[in-house]
Amino acid sequence: MSAALREPEPKYISGAEGEWEVVIGMEVHAQVASEAKLFSGASTSFGAEPNANVSLVDAAMPGMLPVVNAFCVEQAVRTGLGIAARINLRSGFDRKNYFYPDLPQGYQISQFKTPVVGEGEVLVELEPGVARKVGVERIHLEQDAGKSIHDLDPESSFVDLNRSGVALMEIVSKPDMRSAEEAGAYLRKLRTILRYLGTSDGDMEKGNLRADVNVSVRRPGGPLGTRCEIKNVNSIRFVMQAVETEARRQIAILEDGGEIDQETRLFDPRKLETRAMRSKEEAQDYRYFPDPDLPPLVLTEAFVEGIRAGLPELPDAKTARLVAQYGVTDYDASVLAAERASADFFEEAAQGRDGKSVANWIINELFGRLNKEGLDLAASPISTAQIGGVVDLVAKGDISGKIAKDLFEILWTEGGDPAALVEARGMRQVTDEGAIEAAVDAVIAANPEKVEQAKAKPSLAGWFVGQAMKAMGGKANPQALNELVKRKLGVE
Amino acid sequence: MTDLTKLTLAEARDGLRRKDFRAVELTEAHNAAVAGAKALNAYVHPTPESALAMAEAADARLSEGEAPDLCGLPIGVKDLFAVEGVPTQAASRILEGFLPPYDSTVTAKLRAAGAVFLGKLNMDEFAMGSSNETSVYGPAISPWRRKGETKPLTPGGSSGGSSAAVSADLALAALGTDTGGSIRQPAALTGIVGLKPTYGRVSRWGVVAFASSLDQAGPMTKTVRDAAIFLKAFAGFDPKDSTSAEISVPDYEAALGGSIRGKRIGIPKEYRVDGLSGEVQSLWDHGALKLREAGAELVEVSLPHTKYALAAYYIVAPAEASSNLARYDGVRYGRRAKLAQGDGIADLYEKTRAEGFGREVRRRVMIGAYALSAGFYDAYYLRAQKVRALIKRDFDEAFKQVDAILTPTTPSPAFGLGEKTNDPVAMYLEDVFTVPVNLAGLPAVSLPAGLAQQGTPLGLQLIGRPFDESGLLALAEVLERDSEFSAKPARWW
Repeated sequence: MSAALREPEPKYISGAEGEWEVVIGMEVHAQVASEAKLFSGASTSFGAEPNANVSLVDAAMPGMLPVVNAFCVEQAVRTGLGIAARINLRSGFDRKNYFYPDLPQGYQISQFKTPVVGEGEVLVELEPGVARKVGVERIHLEQDAGKSIHDLDPESSFVDLNRSGVALMEIVSKPDMRSAEEAGAYLRKLRTILRYLGTSDGDMEKGNLRADVNVSVRRPGGPLGTRCEIKNVNSIRFVMQAVETEARRQIAILEDGGEIDQETRLFDPRKLETRAMRSKEEAQDYRYFPDPDLPPLVLTEAFVEGIRAGLPELPDAKTARLVAQYGVTDYDASVLAAERASADFFEEAAQGRDGKSVANWIINELFGRLNKEGLDLAASPISTAQIGGVVDLVAKGDISGKIAKDLFEILWTEGGDPAALVEARGMRQVTDEGAIEAAVDAVIAANPEKVEQAKAKPSLAGWFVGQAMKAMGGKANPQALNELVKRKLGVE
Repeated sequence: MTDLTKLTLAEARDGLRRKDFRAVELTEAHNAAVAGAKALNAYVHPTPESALAMAEAADARLSEGEAPDLCGLPIGVKDLFAVEGVPTQAASRILEGFLPPYDSTVTAKLRAAGAVFLGKLNMDEFAMGSSNETSVYGPAISPWRRKGETKPLTPGGSSGGSSAAVSADLALAALGTDTGGSIRQPAALTGIVGLKPTYGRVSRWGVVAFASSLDQAGPMTKTVRDAAIFLKAFAGFDPKDSTSAEISVPDYEAALGGSIRGKRIGIPKEYRVDGLSGEVQSLWDHGALKLREAGAELVEVSLPHTKYALAAYYIVAPAEASSNLARYDGVRYGRRAKLAQGDGIADLYEKTRAEGFGREVRRRVMIGAYALSAGFYDAYYLRAQKVRALIKRDFDEAFKQVDAILTPTTPSPAFGLGEKTNDPVAMYLEDVFTVPVNLAGLPAVSLPAGLAQQGTPLGLQLIGRPFDESGLLALAEVLERDSEFSAKPARWW
């Protein structure tokens, strides 16, 4: 990312009576990429039979005690360091008390008073040169709840405790976002950082990344409005829609002279509306207190520094380096750096080659095709060596850009070595001036009237180029052909 | 043959090794004693058959030699400990029918050591009580009676089944737990030895939790030596309990019998509370004198925040309990209330918990929930924690001057069943000398010191430095030897 970054211009929503600004904060729950739960050794594998991943601790059997999973703590610290946050060497676990069948202990173990990670920051790029700095208030570790299932039986509810006790990182932002786009971009960036760090897979479809979105509106420059919290939004698109929908709902109420009730709401993506879940008056008293089963979580500087030393290059740094090292555009660099795997793919393919061309091929051809086929980069049938081979052939002038696209198609469907394919299938472009000249001469000779027209209207030269190229089976070096046609026609 | 149930744990251990008798005989004698003592209501779930099977296995191990100390020794287990496949209810209706598929760490260690489990022992519901009267099984009854009376007396609580069993020779030793005095007070009232180890010395894993920051399991035995032997078998670090201490367990028995010359014993002036009976005071003085005669030096110490201890305890313990007991909701195990048509999840909770918990448990859950609630947290819970820190500091200061502190265990001897049931505060005052020790996380032992005028035992308490159970036991053994307490309840049951 280049050094000079601007804050985005204010983006207001026009109501019936003037402009409004939306203020957004987010609490993101990211499942820690850990094979075992936060306080029990039970597995976290996705898609297991209901209640298969449940230990005595997860089921809150009498006398069971939690033991913190050090790996999960490490992931939270790693995440904190990834957003340049302060790490609290001493933090603690608290109990959040409430009754629900999918909460076997009758309390959730969380970090209320002192989180393991303090203030940090996420730089959210909105377009080249424009970025919003979103402050992160804290990251704390907590247990996920199980799942209540109410629609399997008319008489009974069922409970699946597989998720019960799975480690979550709750990443709490400051109310620093000012539009639905910023909210979406923040969540996307956060997910990118988590994936770079490997601390969460950020898979929203599996519910491994969920957002509670706090939305309020105000007159530009005015005091903060009353906020509503939209719970459990599970895709980036829904986050953006929820912000937009909720902001408009609040504006309509305020412009009608009403007041916003502080409440928890749910977003319904089908109806594009938010619905009240519970109001502040109904808010539960969670009776937080330090969990007496767990001593304070004390980390050493050495532990934290060890994690810091092992941090990978993060997206912002990688973007900047790709620009500097390979000469790609800011935009291409940020597209490539959005996933660690795509940046790695690019760098491997770009070794000893022109970075810009390689970036073009990867972003336009390969990503375009993967996207169309709904495939991940990991499932790409085309390797870095193959992409590199194509770029080399174009660079050497062995094939034209157009032939290169045909070659890409062959590589995608049949595979093979690009250079060998070009030889075997006679795709090499003709750079031999004599052969090209013969073809051009033949076209000129056959179309005297067009030659006259072209002399008056030089843009008609393209027609001769096309005819000659066609006659040569598309294999003529386009540059050489162009020049020859112009010279023969006497146009520039 | 002599009555094998009269043996101490140490004597029985040595007898087994000399092959004077077999573990099976020892167990049969105890099974018979248990069967003959139903009137005491000490055992709520005797397991005579599995006890015999364990004894047979122990005999086999003993005959191979190299068996652990506890091998073949019959003991009783407070109902608070999970014992695999044996009903474990914490004397509560809400855990009706609960059969744990696991052993607590303590019982697992004892099982591995070859101890024989005679059955589960009565207690106050969820260990909340000082008289064993809150048990869903009805109270355990003390084998002791006042001179010339037949009125049933309390064996103390909450480990009342354990104290009744050991004092009536229904077990060579019993497991107790102590949150505010639940080992020491019943031990004192029944003339046995009860030790509350340092917080963190014994694993709490698999022990039904009452107040996590205070609960600690410990031995209840006939002698100090037995306490040393028994404690060693189940103490020690447990990776499954984050609050257990990674400190090695010494050979407590080996520490017995040494000289206590030059040891400094603190006498806290704040323990001369109102309502302390003259006979308790004189026994206390007598105990101090005995220690001085044995070469110890007596030092008056001050524990200035003692008077706030009970108040702090009755915030902290119920607060933790209100949360610890939330899991008993009728959803996964234990009792579930019958629901009416149309009842929802809130009805399930309310009905299950209303009928599953007894009065005292409900009272404490409500006190605790209140103390933690928004707007009251600072005034109650936080303040109580501050008081707790001050109490701990009092002890830290005192232990700069002394090696141990001597106090009475209880302000008065055993009372009659029903005498305090309608006055919770009078009941809570039973723990006035024991509660500060739990708040400070210290080890303390209660040992018999003599008989009250009413003819029932009184106890003295020695409080030690953290993890100095060895030093404490050594002092206790001197007192035990010099007090020459050998009274046993006359059998009436």
